[in-house]
Parts: sequence; structure tokens; C-alpha cells
Amino acid sequence: MQIIYSDVLVIGGGLAGLRAAVGTRRRGHEVIILSLVPPKRSHSAAAQGGMQASLGHGAKGAGDNEDVHFEDTVRGSDWGCDQEVARLFVHTAPQAVRELAAWGVPWNRIQAGPREVVVDGRRVRINEPDDAHGMIAARDFGGTKKWRTCYVSDGTGHAMLYAMSDQAVAASIPVHERMEALALIHENGRCHGAVVRNLVSGELSAYLARATCIATGGFGRIYQISSNAVINEGIGAAIALETGLVSLGNMEAVQFHPTTIFPAGILVTEGCRGDGGLLRDAAGHRFMPDYEPEKKELASRDVVSRRMTQHMRAGHGVKTRFGDHLWLDITLLGAAHIDAKLREVKEICQHFLGIDPARDFIPVRPAQHYSMGGIRTDAHGHARGLRGLFACGEAACWDLHGFNRLGGNSVAETVVAGMIVGETMADFVESGEGDLQVSTAVVREALAQEEAHLAGLVEGRGEEDASALMAAMQTIMTEKVAIFRRGDLLESAVEELRSLLIRSRQISLRTRRHAGNPELVTAYRVQKMLKLALCVAYGALERTESRGAHYREDFPRRDDAQWLKRTLATWPRADDTLPTLSYEALDVSRMELPPGWRGYGARDAIDHPDTSARVAEVAALRDRLAGVDRHAIQSALMPFSHLVPPPFRGRNARLGDQP
Amino acid sequence: MTANATPRRLELRILRGTPMAPSPPQFESYFVEEAEGMTLFLALNEIRSQQAPSLQFDFVCRAGICGSCGMVIDGRPGLACRTLTRDHGSVITLAPLPVFEWLGDLSVNTGKWMRGMAERLETWIHTTGDPDRLSLEAPMEPAEAEAIYELDRCIECGCCVAGCGTARMREDFVGAIGLNKIARFRLDPRDERSDEDFFALIGDDDGVFGCMTLLGCHDVCPKGLPLQTQIAFLRRKMAAQALK
Ligand SMILES: Cc1cc2nc3c(=O)[nH]c(=O)nc-3n(C[C@H](O)[C@H](O)[C@H](O)COP(=O)(O)OP(=O)(O)OC[C@H]3O[C@@H](n4cnc5c(N)ncnc54)[C@H](O)[C@@H]3O)c2cc1C
Repeated sequence: MQIIYSDVLVIGGGLAGLRAAVGTRRRGHEVIILSLVPPKRSHSAAAQGGMQASLGHGAKGAGDNEDVHFEDTVRGSDWGCDQEVARLFVHTAPQAVRELAAWGVPWNRIQAGPREVVVDGRRVRINEPDDAHGMIAARDFGGTKKWRTCYVSDGTGHAMLYAMSDQAVAASIPVHERMEALALIHENGRCHGAVVRNLVSGELSAYLARATCIATGGFGRIYQISSNAVINEGIGAAIALETGLVSLGNMEAVQFHPTTIFPAGILVTEGCRGDGGLLRDAAGHRFMPDYEPEKKELASRDVVSRRMTQHMRAGHGVKTRFGDHLWLDITLLGAAHIDAKLREVKEICQHFLGIDPARDFIPVRPAQHYSMGGIRTDAHGHARGLRGLFACGEAACWDLHGFNRLGGNSVAETVVAGMIVGETMADFVESGEGDLQVSTAVVREALAQEEAHLAGLVEGRGEEDASALMAAMQTIMTEKVAIFRRGDLLESAVEELRSLLIRSRQISLRTRRHAGNPELVTAYRVQKMLKLALCVAYGALERTESRGAHYREDFPRRDDAQWLKRTLATWPRADDTLPTLSYEALDVSRMELPPGWRGYGARDAIDHPDTSARVAEVAALRDRLAGVDRHAIQSALMPFSHLVPPPFRGRNARLGDQP
Repeated sequence: MTANATPRRLELRILRGTPMAPSPPQFESYFVEEAEGMTLFLALNEIRSQQAPSLQFDFVCRAGICGSCGMVIDGRPGLACRTLTRDHGSVITLAPLPVFEWLGDLSVNTGKWMRGMAERLETWIHTTGDPDRLSLEAPMEPAEAEAIYELDRCIECGCCVAGCGTARMREDFVGAIGLNKIARFRLDPRDERSDEDFFALIGDDDGVFGCMTLLGCHDVCPKGLPLQTQIAFLRRKMAAQALK
């Protein structure tokens, strides 16, 4: 049996995993990263539009700070997020951007002087102040009060991932590519690493570590139409679930992005609308102001996707034989802007649609985009349920995003959470708890179990076809667990998924070998993905309210009285066919920003009984502290500095700060 | 293709085999009905799910961004995900990229090659000390940032290496991609390395003097990077450095 040891094992070579690895390495610990693909091919590379951080530079960023970013994030989440985590995040995000700048990310920079921008369909002139010249620029994004999204043209994720991956090379961190973690090794509530399969040779080995981090990204591919990469299958979240101990949080919170190209589902960035692009219907009418007079095209994603779907249902979509779509119009931005700031969008339009977005409208419709749910962790990134297991990035439910993530907050989260989890893991490894004490029997057993499972699939004589099961699952999710949800549809989705799960235990392969066998990969993955799909569908069925991206036509109001809580899904027994759900209440009495109206979308929430008392308390505190420094007010309302790792303490500098 | 025309029947000739297999690789043909807007990503997945479940290929983003799916398409290296079948004849020949370690069918190990190149050329910003995260970032001219991004857009797909005459002959040639990386870091004011340092990395026949200016790299780069211009520029700088 092959065993590989390291201090820290990071599963996932995207932005989150790389940053966590670099952090622990800098603290002097040995790290190995595992990845399905070369790390620079991770889906972080596909992030286009940008990264939110309240640097507050420039005409449209002036006045921005952590407080404004915090409020936007909480409203965006529809009060589903963990507010302490949101504070920790907005505090650290400017540091993440500046660190990446030092590591080589060519952030777009501000040019002092007048320039023309498109705001609300009109060209307006703004004047960039002299002192902002050469500082990091930001664009507008949905659900934000300030222009806060730092960007590198529309290749932001690419530039970030390359810089981060280069840092991992600089730190001599080995990345074991084409390796897939298939199970966690654990005993008595302590995680010791993972059983890992070599995707080329088919061999299994055990990776043992004092701390293990899952940073495997989202699971969009449980849906048929998704902006996600084909490798975003959620195996990292699934193996955590399969321990029976770790819970997945808010799996029903799935984001649908308003603008994926029709019909391929490839994303065109929110930056298109941030920079002034408009949504139009079959008649060429700009319809968003009819529904959302305040934020129009730049309401949060859940709201815009819902309005688009509603508008198409009302018969205003462009009809084609593949279904309906709407138009994204960026022609008003002009060719020069598109060539400089929206180049990937232009390439995608050229190659996949054969159109020039400077002249033609882009056919778009909403599609699955982001997984708010994932491995539930505490604010430090430690997974609940297993000591020594950590998670960060899209795979985690750290709970920055609640029921809707703001555009630009995800790549920011990956890096910030990576920074924090890197420190947490180093602390853990250095603590008394951090020793590796695992019996070889446990390791042997874990390997034997996976070996037997794979052999069972390779030799299996069942009747089920793995890719047919995969396709069936994806269709169910896209048709029945989508933007508009309904009890009867969700019930039938759960039943159908359960029967697929049972059938997936009878898969038969046409290619009966271990090495280089994509069919085998589909087979073991679909078994795991079905469990995730069930967590999503069942969680959605049980949540009888509407919050953020989770919208129930039969329960259209946000119901804080019943549902201001996080869903936790576990899978206690391997032969279960449904997750076990429990709930974790959010404490209104400790919220810095008590529940209210988001500033867009519906205004008819049912209040939590504690809300009015907390609103009064917060108002009184603010009154009493009027005129006091904003940091002091903040810490009186909801202290969070104990959560900030020492290297990231201190205040973020902004232009015009008083010395 | 108009809606009511009979769709074409495409023949995909795919080089199949694995390094471990006793028999040498050979072309096998698969047939699919062309659909509107069909890409090689869609065609290959259809073949894999319906006809050849063991067929190996690498796709990740399927949007021309991640660089995973480089292969030789009708004799020319390119990204399969954004290759529309309608731009090709009804017989399309697919083979893995040369130069890179072959893993099976259309899959090659670009990752290993890229990591080796990155380690050799030290493709990261060289600075001293930890970044100062709390202070204002150092300003940069907007045009300078854009010029760096222009070279930073490389997606490491390996097409330029596969299209390069030198790379096929010299195992250690860093390729247009390696030279482009050096040009990128050389341009970046945050990187403290001097031309002397860069010369030590690429001032030989495995580096900038190995290029035979056949332009193979430039023609096939899916991101349209100005590779030849960069190599020519770098060669002049490095020649000057050699005379010092
Ligand atoms: C098209 C698109 C555009 C986006 N644009 C933006 C944007 O502009 N701004 C923004 O903030 N967010 C954006 N997002 C979201 C954001 O890009 C992602 O949420 C984020 O990059 C995820 O990073 P990550 O490190 O968590 O995971 P990923 O980058 O997905 O990396 C996951 C890693 O895990 C590895 N892995 C997975 N499973 C296993 C396993 N079982 N064993 C071993 N390794 C494994 C993979 O190989 C990969 O290296 C976008 C998302 C998409 C889909």
C-alpha cells in the first residue's frame, strides 16, 4: 500500500486551495496539493468580471469602505449569511487585492482626468481625481452601492490564478495533478487525510496529513445547463458528506446567473451590465426598469434571473426551437470599450455564436452558476464534525453568501478564506492536537474499502448505464429544482433522484479496466453527485419560504419567523437514500445589520420576533455613539477582531486617510 | 446550416491508443450527426457517451479559457472546445498534441511540461520580503498594466509548443510560451530581476537563440498573442546582454 505523508494536504488547486497552501507553507509546514487537472486549469481561471474589495479609489469608489461592503453582502445574502464571517471577509478583502498586486496581477488602473462611462443606458462623463492615478480601478457590479469590483479586463480569474499558482511554484509546493480524492480517512472524529485515485493509472494511494483542507470548488454539474466547468462535480463536498459526520450547509441555495449564452450556457460576465449593458426582450424593449425601478439590470443575481424568467414566461422571450432567450445589449458600450475591457466576452461571442457584440445583441438566459452551499465550517475554516478537516472556497459553506452571493464576492472569498484557513491550519498543526496519530489498520481499511468499491464497478454485472444516470439527474435538477421552485415539482424531483441513487448501485461498465477509463470515473462520480443533488432538492423541498436564490412559488415570502436558519445535511449511513436535515438558527440579537428590506426585490418578509428589539437596540447604540469613529461603532455592535488572524490585523489604508 | 437542410454526417477520425497498450496507436472513425452550432467538445462527448466510453480527452471550461483541450485538428494545433464543426469538412481528423507526454487517445500531459518550464524559468514575480497588505498599493501606469495583461493572457494550452519546429527537435527548448513568460516578467516593474538574470535563464539555444523564426507558434496561438514580436524583441535584448 502506497502512503504519502505531509503536514498539510490540500485537496484542490484553484484559488482557494492554492492560497491556503501558500499560507501554511510560509509558516514552515510541508504541503501537498491534489488536483484533478493542472492547477491553472481550475475553474477559477474562468472568472471574468472581477473581485470585490472596498479600496475606495476613484470617482465612483469614493466613500467606499468595509461598512458599505458589509451591508451590500448581507443584503445580497438575504440575511442568510454569517455576519461575523462577512465582517472578517470585508476586512481582509483589500489586503487580498493588494497582496495579489504585489504578486503580479496586472489589475486595471485608474487614469486621472475625465472619461466617459455608461450608466443606466446613458453616456456620462466622470472625472477621475489626480491622486487616484495609477491606483487599482473598479467597475460596477450587481447589488453594490459603490463601484467596488477590481478587475483585469474580463480575465480577472485567469490573472489571479496564474499569479497564485506561480507563487505555489515559487514556494516549491508540489501539486499532484490528475489525482482525485475519493474518500476521507478518519477515526474517532479526527481526519487523517484521503484515499486518492490516480486518474491516469487508476492506482489508489493514501495521503496522510496532520491537517486536510477541501478546496474543490462548486458542484454546478449536477445541473444540465450550467456555466461551470465540466470538472465542477462536487466530489470534494461529497466525500465530506460520506463521512457521515460532516454536514453540508444550505445546499438548496443555488445561484442562477442571468447571462449565459444561449444555448451553450457559457457565461458572459456581470461586468457587461456593470459597465452599462442592458437586457432587452424579443421586442427590443428594456424591461428590467419595469420590474426593478431602483437597481434595474444591477439588482442582485437572484432577482434579475427571476425577473428574466418571469418575463419570458409572460411571452416576451425570443422563441427558438431550443427554447426561449432574451438579449444582452452591450452595443452601447462601443467597440473600444469591448476590445479593452470585455475581450473574453468578445471572443466567446465570436467563437460560439459567430457574432460581434459591438454590433449584435447577445442571446442569453439564466443558468446554474454558483453553489452557495457546501462543507459547513466555523469562521476559522474548521469543518464541523471532524477535527483536522478544513474547507475553503466555493466548496465550503463558511457562510459569507447566505442565499445569494454577490458577483465579485466569490473570487474575493477564495483568496480571503485561503488566507485565513492557511493560518488556521498552521496553528492547528503547531498545536497539541496537530500530531498525526493514525493506525495503519485504519489506513489499510480505508484503501481496501475504496478498492473493493471500484472493483465492484469494474466487474459489476448490473444493468445501469452511468452516463444515462448522469444525464437523467442533470435533467431533473434543471427542470425541477430551478429558479422557480414548487412543492409538487420538488417532491417528484426527490423521488426520482432517490430512485436514480438506488439504480446507481447497479451500474455496469462497457470498458472493464481501471487505468484511463472515463466511464469508470463517471460511474463513481454519479453515485456521489446524486447524494449532493438530493441534498439540494430535499433541502429545497423542506424550506417552505423564499430567500435569495431559493424561490418557492408556493411560499413566495421570506419568512424570518420560521426560516432564519441554516440547513445542515448529513448522510449518516452509506445505504441511506435521503440526507438527514437539521437546522442551525441565526441569532438576530447579535446581528450588526438586523433583517430588513434588501433595497431591491420583494418587500414582504415575515419578521422574526427578535428583529424589532434588535433594530431598536442598534439604533440606540448608533445614536449614543454618534460622532465616534466608525470602527468603534462597529465593534460595539458586533465585535469580530478576535476572528482575524494576527498577520491580517490592522486598518486598510485608503486615499485621503488622515495620518 | 439552415433549420430544414439535412444535417451532415460527420466522420471523426481519432487517433486511439494508450502508452501501455501492446499495439501502436491507430485511427478509428466515429460518425455523428452534425447539430447546429456543434463544437468538437459536443461531438467528442456524444461519441464518448454513446459509442466509445473509454475515449480519453481533456476538457475543463469548454469556453476557450482554460487551455485544456489543445489537440491537432486536421493537422493544426488548436482548442477543440471552440472549434465549430461547420468550419471543417465532413471528415475531421484528430490527434493528440506532439512534444508532450502522451497519456492516451487525445490526452497529453501539458501540466507536467508547464510546471517544469515554470520552475526552470522561475516564472513568478521576484521581490524581496512579504507584501505590505495594509498600505496603499504602489501605483502603476494604466497602459503598463494593460501591456502586462496582454502577455499574461497565455493559457498554457501548448499549441505553440506543438506547432514549433525547434521544440520537436530539442527536448529542452522552452518554446514560445516560455519566452513569452520571460517577456511578461521582464516588462513588469514589480519583478526585480535584471537582463543579466534573464539572460542566464534563456540566453542559449534552449532559450531565445533556439527559435528558427518559422512562425509556427504565432500562427496557432488561440489567444492571438504577439509571440514572434516578443521573441524578436527579446532576442535583440539578450544579444545586447551577451555583448556586455
Ligand atoms: C464562468 C464563471 C465566471 C465567474 N466569474 C466570477 C467573477 O467574475 N467574480 C467572482 O467573484 N466569481 C466568479 N465566479 C465564481 C468563482 O470563479 C468561483 O467560485 C471560484 O473561482 C472557485 O474557486 P475555488 O478555488 O473554490 O475552486 P476551483 O477554482 O473550482 O478549484 C477547484 C479545484 O479542486 C480540484 N478538485 C476538485 N475535486 C477534486 C477531487 N475530488 N480531488 C482532487 N482535486 C479536486 C480541481 O482540480 C481544482 O483544482 C465565476 C464562476 C464561473 C463558473
